[in-house]
Amino acid sequence: MEKNIRCIVAKPGLDGHDRGAKVISRGLRDAGLEVIYTGLHQTPADIVESVVQEDPDVLLLSILSGAHPILFPEIMKKLKEEGADDVLVLGGGIIPDEDVAKMKEAGISEIFGPGTKIQEIVDYIKTHLKR
Amino acid sequence: MTSTEKNRDNLESIKKEKERWINEIVKKSLEKVPERKRLFKNLSNIKLNSLYTPEDIKNFNYLKDLGFPGEFPYTRAAQPTSYRAKYWTMRQFAGLGNAKETNERFKYLIANGQTGLSVAFHLPTIYGYESSSPMSAGEVGKEGVAIDSLADMEQLFDGIDLSKISTSMTINAPASILLCMYLAVGEKQGVSMEKLTGTIQNDILKEYQAQKSYIFPPEPSMRLIVDTIEFCTKNVPKWNTISISGYHIREAGSTAVQELAFTLANGLAYVEAGIDRGLNVDDFAPRLSHFFNAHNNFFEEIAKYRAARRIWAKHLREDYKAIDPRSWRLRFHTQTAGVSLTAREPYNNIIRVTLQALAAVLGGTQSLHSNSFDEALALPSEEAVRIALRTQQIIAEESGVADVIDPLGGSYYVEALTNKMEEECENYFAKIKEMGNGSILKGSFVGIKNNFYQREIADASYQFQRELEAKEQIQVGVNKYKFEGKTIEPPELIKISEEVSKEQIENLNNVKAQRDETAAQNSLAKIKEIAQGTENLIPYILDAVKAYCSAGEIIDVFRNVFGVYREESIF
Repeated sequence: MEKNIRCIVAKPGLDGHDRGAKVISRGLRDAGLEVIYTGLHQTPADIVESVVQEDPDVLLLSILSGAHPILFPEIMKKLKEEGADDVLVLGGGIIPDEDVAKMKEAGISEIFGPGTKIQEIVDYIKTHLKR
Repeated sequence: MTSTEKNRDNLESIKKEKERWINEIVKKSLEKVPERKRLFKNLSNIKLNSLYTPEDIKNFNYLKDLGFPGEFPYTRAAQPTSYRAKYWTMRQFAGLGNAKETNERFKYLIANGQTGLSVAFHLPTIYGYESSSPMSAGEVGKEGVAIDSLADMEQLFDGIDLSKISTSMTINAPASILLCMYLAVGEKQGVSMEKLTGTIQNDILKEYQAQKSYIFPPEPSMRLIVDTIEFCTKNVPKWNTISISGYHIREAGSTAVQELAFTLANGLAYVEAGIDRGLNVDDFAPRLSHFFNAHNNFFEEIAKYRAARRIWAKHLREDYKAIDPRSWRLRFHTQTAGVSLTAREPYNNIIRVTLQALAAVLGGTQSLHSNSFDEALALPSEEAVRIALRTQQIIAEESGVADVIDPLGGSYYVEALTNKMEEECENYFAKIKEMGNGSILKGSFVGIKNNFYQREIADASYQFQRELEAKEQIQVGVNKYKFEGKTIEPPELIKISEEVSKEQIENLNNVKAQRDETAAQNSLAKIKEIAQGTENLIPYILDAVKAYCSAGEIIDVFRNVFGVYREESIF
C-alpha cells in the first residue's frame, strides 16, 4: 500500500491572500494526501513549531506579499535548528524568477508560481519525498 | 386590442417563430457543425441561451425596471448625465516603499492625467503593527506604502493640494486612525474637514469573509465603523465613510453572483448598524459607496453593476424607508480583476484589462483602477501603470462608448441577465436574513462565525480551479495556446529593498523621540478609557494622531480593550 503522505500548508507573513493555499490544500486532499492547513499570519516560529509537532513529509509555504526573501530563509534556518529539515519544503505565490534561485539556495526544493496545476505539485511531491 | 394584449400577441408570434427557427434552421446547422460546448455558462454558473429575445424578458416594464439615469431604480446610471458631463474618476491604487517614494508615484500619476488618488498601505499598517514590530519583518513597504505616524502621512501628501483632489484609502481595521491622519494633514494644509473629499474602505465584514485583514472581533469592529459614520456625518460631510467591497470577495474566488450578493448584504448590514445606533438613514446612507471587481465575462459583469444599482435602490427605499434619493443611489468604484492576470506572457494582460475596464465603463462605474500588466510578477512599474492609465484614457477619449448612457440597456441578453443576477442575489439575501432571524446584520455575524461565506467562496474557487485544469475554463497562454519561446521581459520590475525597512524604523524612532511624550501617552490613555465605554472614539483618535502616536500604538490600545479575532481556517 502507498505510504500516507502528510502535508502542512502554511501561510507565513501578513498577507491574507489565502485562495491559493486553500485550493492547494483541497486539491492535495482530493489527491489522497493528508493535509493540515495552518491558517493565516504564521510567523516562522509558528510554522516550525507546527512541523515539529505534526512531523509532516511536506511543508508547503504560500506567500504573496513579497516578504519571502526574509521569511523563507528564516523558516529554513529554524527548521535546521530544530533538526526538522528532513521535511520537503515547497514554496508558492508571487515569487519573481530572480528570487527563485535564492530560495532554492536557502533549501526550498521547488517554487510553484501562478498557473501551476495541482497535479504537477502532487507528482512533484511523490517523486521528491525525502523519506 | 389593448397594448398589453398586443404585447402578448406579439410574444406569442415570437415564441412560435423561434420554435420554427430552432426546428428548421438551427437543427440543420447543428447537424453539420455542432456547438463548441455541451453547456454554455458564465462564471456564476448561469446557463446561457444561444439567443435572447423578447420572450426572455416577458414581464419587462421599462419605467419600473429601468427608469431614467439618476432616478429610481437607477438601473441605467447613478447620475442623470453620466459620462456626458464628466468621465469616471481615473484612480490608480498606488503605494510602494516609503511615503516619499509613493508621493513621487502620486505626482507622476497626476502629471499623466489621473484624476483621483488611491493609497495602498503596506501590510503592517493594515494589521496595525509598527514597522519595527517583529510581525512586520520582511513586509515593510512591500505591498504598499509604509505609514506609521502622521509624519509619514504629511510626507505622503507633500505638495498635493487636498482641497483639489479626492483620496481613497484602502484601509479597514485601522480605518478610523488613517482617516484622522488625513484630517490632520488637511488641517495643516488649511483645508477644513467639511471640504475634504475621499473614501476609506472601512468594510470589516468582507475582511472576515474574504480578504482577512481583520484585527478585532466583529462587534467592536462594527462599533469603530459606526463611530466613523457618526463623526463624518456631522463633521466630514463629503467623505465616503465605507467603500462596501466585493472586489476582495471576488478575488478570493467567489462567483459574480456571490460577489454581488455578499457585498450588497454587507452594505445593508451597515445600514442596519447605523439605524441601530439611532442615526437617520438619510443622514448617512448617501455617503456609503461600493467597490466591485471587473472580471473576464464581459456581459456578466455589466449585468452585475446594473443589477447592483437596482437592488440597492429597492432595499433602501422599501426595507429601510430612506426618502432621500441620494440614499437609494448606489455609486461604485471598480478595479479590474488582479486574479485574472497571468505571469506567463504578461503583455497579454493589457488586453484582459482593457476588456474588463470596458465592462466597468459600460456598467456605469464612478471611478476605475485598471491593473498594470506586470502585477502577476511584482508591484507595478511606472511604465506599466502608465499603460494601465492610458487604457482608461483611450476608452474615454477614443472609443466613443462614453457618449451614450447605458448603451446596452434594452439588450434582451443584458436585461435578462440583469434580472437573473437580481433574482439569485435575492436568494442569498433570504439565506443571510434567515441566519439572522430577519436581520441582515445579525445574519452577517452568524454567517461569518459559521463559515458560511468562507465555505461558499472556497467551494467556488476550487470549482474554478478544477475547471481550469480540465480546460473547461481557458487562460490564453497558460492552459491553451501555450508559448514555449522567449517573450519580451517587462522593462523593469519593482523591487523594494530591505533598506526601506531600516530607514522607516529609524524615522519612527525619531518621531517618537521628538514628540511631547506626556501628551502622547495621555492621549493613548484617554483612548483606552473611551474604548471601554460607548462614547464616540474619533475625536480622541484625532488627538492621539496629532500627538504623533503611531497607528500601531493606537491599535495596541484597542487590542488590549477589544481583544483580537482568530478565524477557524477551512478549505
